[in-house]
Amino acid sequence: MLTFTLRRVLISIPTLLVIAFAIFMLLELAPGDPTAQLPLTIPPEVREQIRQSLGLGEPLPVRFGKWLIQFFWVEPLHIINGIFGTDFAEGAQRVLSWQTRSPVMDIVWQRMPQTLWVVGMSYIVGVAIALPIGIYSAYKQYSVFDQAGTFVSMIGYSVPPFFSGVLVIVIFSVKLGWFPSIYDTTHVVNDWDSFVVQLRQMIMPVMVLALQTTAQISRFMRASMLDNLGQDYVRTARAKGMSERSVVLRHTLRNSMIPVVTVIALGVPGIFGGAIITEQVFKVNGIGQLLITAIQANDLPMVQTLTFIFAILIVLFNLIADVLYGVLDPRIRYD
Amino acid sequence: MPDRPEPVLDVRDLKTVFKTRTGEVHAVNSISFDLRPGELLGVVGESGSGKSVTMMSLIGLLPSPPAQIRGGTVTFEGRNLLTVPEADLRKIRGRRIGFVFQDPMTSLNPVFTVGDQIIEPIRKHMRLDRKAARARALELMQLVGIPDAARRLTDYPHQFSGGMRQRVMIAIALACDPDILIADEPTTALDVTIQAQILDLVHDLREKLGMAIVWITHDLGVIAGIADRVMVMYGGQVVEQAPVKELFARPRHPYTRALLKTIPSVRGARAPKLTVIEGQPPILGAAPEACSFRDRCPYRFAACDAANPPRFEVGPRHDAACFWNFDRDAPRDAAPAGEALNA
Repeated sequence: MLTFTLRRVLISIPTLLVIAFAIFMLLELAPGDPTAQLPLTIPPEVREQIRQSLGLGEPLPVRFGKWLIQFFWVEPLHIINGIFGTDFAEGAQRVLSWQTRSPVMDIVWQRMPQTLWVVGMSYIVGVAIALPIGIYSAYKQYSVFDQAGTFVSMIGYSVPPFFSGVLVIVIFSVKLGWFPSIYDTTHVVNDWDSFVVQLRQMIMPVMVLALQTTAQISRFMRASMLDNLGQDYVRTARAKGMSERSVVLRHTLRNSMIPVVTVIALGVPGIFGGAIITEQVFKVNGIGQLLITAIQANDLPMVQTLTFIFAILIVLFNLIADVLYGVLDPRIRYD
Repeated sequence: MPDRPEPVLDVRDLKTVFKTRTGEVHAVNSISFDLRPGELLGVVGESGSGKSVTMMSLIGLLPSPPAQIRGGTVTFEGRNLLTVPEADLRKIRGRRIGFVFQDPMTSLNPVFTVGDQIIEPIRKHMRLDRKAARARALELMQLVGIPDAARRLTDYPHQFSGGMRQRVMIAIALACDPDILIADEPTTALDVTIQAQILDLVHDLREKLGMAIVWITHDLGVIAGIADRVMVMYGGQVVEQAPVKELFARPRHPYTRALLKTIPSVRGARAPKLTVIEGQPPILGAAPEACSFRDRCPYRFAACDAANPPRFEVGPRHDAACFWNFDRDAPRDAAPAGEALNA
């Protein structure tokens, strides 16, 4: 298992390098100019100077190489500095945002908590609701509960968050006035009352996103349980005189979780990616919103870095899913 | 068994029906049989004759819906298993009545070690602590002839061969010293040499432990080798029942006779073609009102269309559900009045 994991980690290094290059080339080939949003009164030679100062004067391989060094060497050293108070790589050039001229990673660290709170919480809530629903729906296939679950899942699948988000705002903020319609990112939680305020502003975005997660995961869970409930070993467990609880939650669930765990693990990078639309609807200035504004402003270092972080997360959680697979299923141990 | 002791299991008029989208399927139609202590009862019949469904009905192992038990009694230790609460039934399943299923490849849970799977019923039914249960599991694995049992206890099912897995299944079934072992085609999925090993094993175990065994198969050769008594099933009914020697010497139902003819002989000239019974077994949409074998039967006559034959006594402990009297080669006296012979 350990050798398998190590080998996978090593293989992911070239994978990530190729991904980084692909992202860089895509952004390079895309039309756009970082000075496009500046006032039209700025003369062309000044614009050219601005481009030069952003590093655009250098040839493409040099720019890619510099980004790689900044991302893989300078930024990790800064994280170490932040933790241990050391001063490695002092004065070295970091990845800077073209919009704000401040380091990209600092902005990411600022935005991350909002995204993790809202999107992460919605994922946890969604999965926690979905698993029992999926298990029970499969166990009582075609029951009223199962039919209702299917109906709700269909709604969750088919209603996009820009609709459900606005809908809950209209109902709960405008008509009922229970929750604020805008997520206040400057809110600081330091006592019980401020915690309640935080909860209240989180409820609606979490609800909207959890509906989607629940719909997907519960369907997966149900299908996987149904597959396994018909298996011979389930009959063997019953023939041994095991209780229904043990038959379903021990024998069947463990087998059914194998594919579901993969789906859940592969959904995690999506949390860090933020929920672009939902963050827009509720004015949560998380990672998703950061990416959108960066794209609109042609802020290439920001887009490049964010996209690459998502790529790392996807590769990482693929690896985690594979390892979990081996943990759950003894037939898939990779040594 | 000359003194005919009290049966350990007595099944009377068991009826099982499956409800499907297209209607009902009557899988078990008024089956009656009993099982004596220490006896090995062979149950034969082609696929779909209701062998497995009958045995699963006894102990509530059929999923319901679609299965529904319509009537009858199953007496075990003075209680009717069809009416005891599910919780009590669970104490009988695995403890007093053990099961071995057909396909050892899929009958074991792939994510638990075989040790865990043997220990599970021991801990549940015998209330042993972990250590004692482990010792018992080890003893069982040695009993069913798994070499290097101590090490293999922590192996997973996929690390075992088919024959070894079936041995594990047998160990699970025997875990709590059951009174009855129901083996549902336990050797069908295995190749012939492994099949012979498993048969030997069951022979030995029966002598050592003395439980009654119901052995479901469609291999008459296997039955001839191990059974005391044979029950032939067709269309969800018992068509003939006799001690094994009697059945092979004097088959008294056309279906049994046809089955015996289909066995290819290893002696003499090689037959150019295998003998088959023409036609298909019936799928019964309702309880049969005529003989269900009549469409494939060379002895068919008017009475066969008029009523479903009951089981007639045709010899000592031998009965057959047929209106044709093979001893006199004429219709039986009790046959419903038929106008003329067709056959």
